[in-house]
Amino acid sequence: MEVGQMQRRLIEYTKSLFMEGILDDQFLQLQQLQDESNPDFVVEVVSLFFQDAERLLNDITSALDQQSVDFPKVDAHVHQLKGSSASVGAQRVKNGCIAFRNFCEEQNVDGSLRCLQQIKQEYYHVKNKLEALFRLEQQIVAAGGSVPMMELSF
Amino acid sequence: MFGKGASSSKSMEIIGSEKKFSVLIVDDDPIIRKIHSALLSKFTKEIQEVKNGKEAVDLCRSGASFDIIFMDKEMPIMTGLEATKELRAMGVNSTIVGVTSCDLSSERNDFIAAGQNQCYEKPLTIEKIKSLLSELNKNN
Repeated sequence: MEVGQMQRRLIEYTKSLFMEGILDDQFLQLQQLQDESNPDFVVEVVSLFFQDAERLLNDITSALDQQSVDFPKVDAHVHQLKGSSASVGAQRVKNGCIAFRNFCEEQNVDGSLRCLQQIKQEYYHVKNKLEALFRLEQQIVAAGGSVPMMELSF
Repeated sequence: MFGKGASSSKSMEIIGSEKKFSVLIVDDDPIIRKIHSALLSKFTKEIQEVKNGKEAVDLCRSGASFDIIFMDKEMPIMTGLEATKELRAMGVNSTIVGVTSCDLSSERNDFIAAGQNQCYEKPLTIEKIKSLLSELNKNN
């Protein structure tokens, strides 16, 4: 595949992630911050997010597994996950966290467990999508092309 | 046309680039620190980061001074509000901008009462920084 085709494919792929609500504007903000002095910025931030999210999901899972659930602790973890997902533009994960906090307030174990499942699914979904996106970018660069910038409104 | 930076040059006009300014980023979340640092580096090269309110207070107490301090609200050891109060009590006159992930309207009064000049919901964006800087330039 030649570079132009790959670039168009990347743009279409990225657009679809926005249309489906998987990513939001914050992701575009991150792309805007990437430049020659900071060429791997997006990948670096997203990698931090992956590490953070997986740790938090594990902590939340353990906390909900206890005989007596420490809801303030669960809420604190969810709050953190909400913050980091919001900062990379992982919209569905963020929204899942917002819903989760309501269950924490109600001290609702079943609701929380269901929510956790949902968030895990959304997390792995966005992780797969972003990894595919980064692979597309790498292919373009390897073929000698440059990664196209998304416009802020489209 | 494609090309890195093609659409970014317009939005990256540096406001007040004639006037250099220093910032301090105070946040316990390394992702936020990284993002806000990259964001602010579009506007200035003088950036420092610390991870909680106490480190911010200690840094200022040791003589460092900053034009703008971006203060997260929820942090361990010392929160943003506590740190703001201490800094003001120490006589620090920097512009302090509160940054929070909570519902902003309910927190605004707390921020202003503690001595902050402005507050924003995180994450900060290019637009928010530009509007903050133009406000500060106006007031100077």
